[in-house]
Amino acid sequence: MATLKDATAIVGIGQTPFAKQLPESEKELACRAIVAALDDAGISAAEVDAFASYTMEETDEVEVAKSIGAGDVTFFSKIGYGGGGCCATVGHLAAAIATGQASVGVAWRSRKRGSGPRPWKNTAVQLPTPAQWTRPFGLLRPADEIGMLARRYLHEHGATRDHLFNVALACRNRANQNPAAIMYERPLTREMYMTSRWISEPLCLFDNCLETDGALACVIVAAERARDCRQKPVYVHSAAQGLPAQHHGMVNYWNDDPLTGPAWTAARHLWKQADFGPDDVDVAQIYDAFTPLIPLSLEGYGFCGRGEGAAFTEGGALEIGGRLPINTGGGGLSEAYVHGFNLINEGVKQLRGHSTAQVPDAATCLVTAGEGVPTSAILLRS
Amino acid sequence: MLTPVVDPDGAPFWEYAARGELRVQACAAPDCGRLRFPPRPCCPHCQSFADEWRRVSGRGRIWSYVFPHPPLLPDYAAQAPYNAVIVELAEDPLIRLVGNVVAEPDAALDSVDPSRLRIGARVQVAFTEVDGMTVPRWLLERA
Repeated sequence: MATLKDATAIVGIGQTPFAKQLPESEKELACRAIVAALDDAGISAAEVDAFASYTMEETDEVEVAKSIGAGDVTFFSKIGYGGGGCCATVGHLAAAIATGQASVGVAWRSRKRGSGPRPWKNTAVQLPTPAQWTRPFGLLRPADEIGMLARRYLHEHGATRDHLFNVALACRNRANQNPAAIMYERPLTREMYMTSRWISEPLCLFDNCLETDGALACVIVAAERARDCRQKPVYVHSAAQGLPAQHHGMVNYWNDDPLTGPAWTAARHLWKQADFGPDDVDVAQIYDAFTPLIPLSLEGYGFCGRGEGAAFTEGGALEIGGRLPINTGGGGLSEAYVHGFNLINEGVKQLRGHSTAQVPDAATCLVTAGEGVPTSAILLRS
Repeated sequence: MLTPVVDPDGAPFWEYAARGELRVQACAAPDCGRLRFPPRPCCPHCQSFADEWRRVSGRGRIWSYVFPHPPLLPDYAAQAPYNAVIVELAEDPLIRLVGNVVAEPDAALDSVDPSRLRIGARVQVAFTEVDGMTVPRWLLERA
């Protein structure tokens, strides 16, 4: 059977500055990130023949292709469910290139969530299935929906807000090493965390990701070609999406165990296709729109058992030198929140050996997408 | 306040609510009969398209809850911090409804002291009208 394993590699990454407000349009930011990624790869825009992005991306591939000067495009794909589509952009391109449908793929995400509208304020657009069962009762924002899971998680597993703080702190510490991060010069203390304002109790301000303007992109080619590119190739070792049985969308309170989300589904397939397992992961970039997604994802991707994710964060486990350093650029909590795309690029930086918080000799990296929503994940290796 | 944007699958729930009845969709196949929520055209267990709306007791327990704080939509910000809860129904704990615990059926979303909420607390359904639509609310049962 054909396999995706190491058949393709990420050979270029690009990003714009990250800020609460940038002057450029989303379209221009997208083009800037893509042009930077192609330049990083040393590949001409005319060679690009595949695109992948999110359904929430507002600049379509037609606009991007004609702006950057792409050639004839033979594969294009958009993945749904907000940040859950993050890693699937790479997964779809890897599949297309490995099967000969295209040769140079660009994945990207551009978003002005810092200065632009908050999606949940748009009451004209109703989310699928759950909206009539949740929004009238004031469960309005993703923070409220995840807050429900967080409260239940703390209750079931005897976890505390200190465990969520461990997550926020690890991300902030890495951002403090990363000059491109929005929180580069803003350390976080336990006192700040414990006295900050609530957003949706039990989640406080620092449990929530940043509202960011910015864009990122990466370039994917076949492994043979990657070896001739300007940068050290970072191979796509395994890729998976996850839509579990009886899932319901952004909020899923209606399956047997709402605390085992789409990560579990994606993880089973991801590891089944891989030559290594969770114990062999040197560094992880775990989707962190909200701090509780980290313990939930640590469990889902098999770094610990069900209910053990909070305890896993103790003793500096998520810091550099810890058991599993995570979100080494600062993540969505402290670098930038661009629907997780900065996690992909940070994974590439780690495996090139160029991260601002480099894990020594990192050779394997897990990158995950939004948990709670139908999700996706990739394993990268050098 | 936001009112439910009703779809064909969910319409019976709101029609029964308007009569003060809490009903949940159930498979009507003789060998199945399982409850399901949110409502949908087909039974995920036996693929039958036959359904019925089964009246339930309206008793349940709090599965989880949050207290949203601003920024929120204006009508909700005016009551914040309020509670939003998930109630698991006595008939089937996998049927979980999002709602609000209030002091009286028509009381505001912040009418119950937050310290009275806890996971596992018993609640009973009540109904109120919001902008012409009847929606469920939940009252704490006395311990």
